[in-house]
Amino acid sequence: MDTSLKIESLMQKGTAFFPGAVGPFADNADSLFYFIFWGSVIIFVGITLFVGYFLLAYRRKKDSQLATGQMTHNTLLELSWTVPPTILVLIVFIWGFKGYLHMAVPPLDAQEIHVNAKKWFWEFGYPNGNKAIGELVVPINTPITLIMSSDDVIHSFFVPNFRIKRDVLPNRYTKLWFEADKVGNYQVFCTEYCGTGHSAMSAIVRVLSAEDYKAWLADANSGDELPLDKLGEKLYTAKACVTCHSTDGSVRVGPSWKGIFDANRPIKGGSTVKGDENYLRESIVNPGAKVVVGFENIMPTYAGSLNDREISALIAYIKTLQ
Amino acid sequence: MSQVPLNYLNATKGLKSWLFTLDHKRIGIMYLMFIAISFGLGGFFALALRLELLNPKELLFTAKQYNQLFTLHGAVMVFLFIVPSIPASLGNFLLPLQLGAKDVAFPRLNLASLYIYVFGGLFCVYSMFSGAVDTGWTFYTPYSIDTSTSVISMTLGAFILGFSSILTGVNFIVTIHKMRAPGMTWFRMPLMVWSLYATAIIQVLATPVLAITLLLLILERTMGIGIFNPALGGDPVLFQHFFWFYSHPAVYIMILPAMGVISELVTAFCRKNIFGYKLVAFSSLAIAIISFFVWGHHLFVSGQSDYAAMIFSLLTYLVAIPSAVKVFNWIATMYRGSIQIKAPFLYFLAFLFLFSIGGFTGIMLGALSLDVHLHDTYFVVAHFHYVMMGGTVMAFIGGLHYWWPKMFGRMYSEFWAFIAWAFVMVGFNMVFFTQFILGAKGMPRRYYSYLDQFQPLHAFSTFGSWVMAVGFILMAFYLMDSLLNGKKAPDNPWGALTLEWQTQSPPLTENFIETPVVTRGPYDFGQEKRS
Ligand code: HEC
Ligand SMILES: [Cu+2]
Ligand SMILES: [Cu+2]
Repeated sequence: MDTSLKIESLMQKGTAFFPGAVGPFADNADSLFYFIFWGSVIIFVGITLFVGYFLLAYRRKKDSQLATGQMTHNTLLELSWTVPPTILVLIVFIWGFKGYLHMAVPPLDAQEIHVNAKKWFWEFGYPNGNKAIGELVVPINTPITLIMSSDDVIHSFFVPNFRIKRDVLPNRYTKLWFEADKVGNYQVFCTEYCGTGHSAMSAIVRVLSAEDYKAWLADANSGDELPLDKLGEKLYTAKACVTCHSTDGSVRVGPSWKGIFDANRPIKGGSTVKGDENYLRESIVNPGAKVVVGFENIMPTYAGSLNDREISALIAYIKTLQ
Repeated sequence: MSQVPLNYLNATKGLKSWLFTLDHKRIGIMYLMFIAISFGLGGFFALALRLELLNPKELLFTAKQYNQLFTLHGAVMVFLFIVPSIPASLGNFLLPLQLGAKDVAFPRLNLASLYIYVFGGLFCVYSMFSGAVDTGWTFYTPYSIDTSTSVISMTLGAFILGFSSILTGVNFIVTIHKMRAPGMTWFRMPLMVWSLYATAIIQVLATPVLAITLLLLILERTMGIGIFNPALGGDPVLFQHFFWFYSHPAVYIMILPAMGVISELVTAFCRKNIFGYKLVAFSSLAIAIISFFVWGHHLFVSGQSDYAAMIFSLLTYLVAIPSAVKVFNWIATMYRGSIQIKAPFLYFLAFLFLFSIGGFTGIMLGALSLDVHLHDTYFVVAHFHYVMMGGTVMAFIGGLHYWWPKMFGRMYSEFWAFIAWAFVMVGFNMVFFTQFILGAKGMPRRYYSYLDQFQPLHAFSTFGSWVMAVGFILMAFYLMDSLLNGKKAPDNPWGALTLEWQTQSPPLTENFIETPVVTRGPYDFGQEKRS
């Protein structure tokens, strides 16, 4: 099983302008891009040659030099640079529309996965009730429809390798489908500005072969055997606490976890609270209840997306960070 | 004693004579000053942003400060600089001169628009110091409803600035209809006037929509009226529709005047009649009208209906054609001309190439399937900087150099102008061409931090911003120097035929000694042989 979490490089792979291509939409987008690109290069070089030639041939040498001709219009010439560009852009329009329609209509047999966006992480809900943060795992060559909604502001789900993107809205569901045809790990970005953590709001799509996917499904709940603090360490990244909390004392959007256990926590409003298990638990399931001084009340609640064992695991992990 | 002849600059003296002036030329000059300051401020924010992006780590600013910086950069550049840039400064100065009139139709309204502009600008500046906004200049809901930063003072600033824009527009429309000199028929108007006319129409029709939208946003934040806020049953995407219903036409408020300047530059420095006067004039109007029906191309991935997307994409291509036609017409104008390569013409050339690149990449973004990939990436950032900066700003600077001798009666150093131009060109392409690659590769915009693999290109882009800054600083110096030590400018240093060159430099307060009578077109260079 390919467990390496190496994400495919966008810069190193693919063509000069585009990242590596995966799935059914890349053909249309890439060929259209390079069609326009080379068309533009040809026209641009043409323009440059004309302008360059005019500059050389008609450069004013004496101050009194007048223009040698006064062409004021020429209908044929003007038609020649109105009609062909119009035809060209119409071709481009139809080409782009065809690709867009393809994206708009998911196949009927597609597997559905729910995507929930929150400041600032992605949560994926699978049909079997499993939830995962920051990692979307899908089998190869299987159409997947993402049914997406947001808990707060507008976000946008973008997978450069797949050439897909769609806004994720707080008041309605939006859909996006794809079918990955290459095994690998691919970068997901949020592309609708959503505040302080916008650029940290990333995830990965892991495309697994059919067997690996089966194994992953079987393995999915295997956190049970791990000791609590090790499970907590895993959850720290898996549940995206890492976007806002460090473990080494440096301040991110939220306070670092280093040394907070059993320490006195300064709370907005002037009081202090002891950082014991109950406080930590409350901070996770009801973060707005006590807000640490110097920070904003922006941590999302994890009530419902972490079970008891997971919460205990995170607390156990925080305890180790002294 | 060779005294400077009486002109609009020395006719009356003292601060009060400026603060209460009704002279369109003085108002234009004051606008120019504020616009230059705004450009400096916006540019300063831009340099700070690029510096932070030198590497993905925290360098100078926190994420929140970075978000405030890019918002301020955008808001200042759009609302305080580029929307008013050409029409309010050059346009105000030139329109009556080019029409052979004494002033605009409503001089008091003109002064009022300046004061409203300054007042709106003060609100924006105030908002910078009172918890600067971090929403992006687009103020998208519901983020702009939630954020704790000062959305209200900034939107109020933009709201007020809108009125300044509307007043200028109304004034220009009436002036063009009513104040033309005898013999100045519609088709004898300089193309600059045509483009100011088309711009004014958009300003008057579109700006109120922005005003209403921003007002609704303010009401949403203060009273929770539930129109945009999903928590109250509102629709946040509705805000985007409203916003772009203004802001797409506003793109043409920004570029049409630039196209007018370009038509003036190419004819004057080639001593040529414009190729296809009517096509160029009417394409301005065509652009003005169609521009109202393409706003949905900003929402291709927002979940709007697929049919709407299709129609918006088609219309977007229709509005592209008149712009392309103009570019070809300007090039054809050079044919068999007598081409003099002076500073303004250098900026004409810069415009031609940079605006074309902006146009080509616009074709890419208009294609539905391709836009899905490119939307909200650096590709879009690069595209609109090629159009707005490569297009409008280059034309603005070209126009400034072209009319400088008329405005201030002084020449500047051609040598330093060339050096500065070279720095700006090289720097600009370093900054923004790089961003096409970054964006197409997947780098999203408005990112405080980024993947390590993007670092080399980001760094290169930042170096480019320094090169460009050197160019602009040089420009500020030699233009200042020209004011103090510049050679006295003749009335018509470029041998142009439009009316503003037929009066003295700088012009009299009344513009012309007697009202000119127009007997020929603005670019009838063929006739001078006979006369
Ligand atoms: C979007 C950013 C963000 C994410 C993601 C996030 N937090 Fe927080 N967290 C904060 C902020 C900001 C605070 C401080 C304000 C407050 O107390 O609510 C905080 C406070 C806390 C505290 C109290 C810390 C102290 O110094 O007293 C705990 C414990 C905590 N978070 C746990 C978690 C866990 C566990 C996760 C992951 C499951 C997580 N957080 C994910 C932003 C975040
Ligand atoms: Cu985001
Ligand atoms: Cu637009």
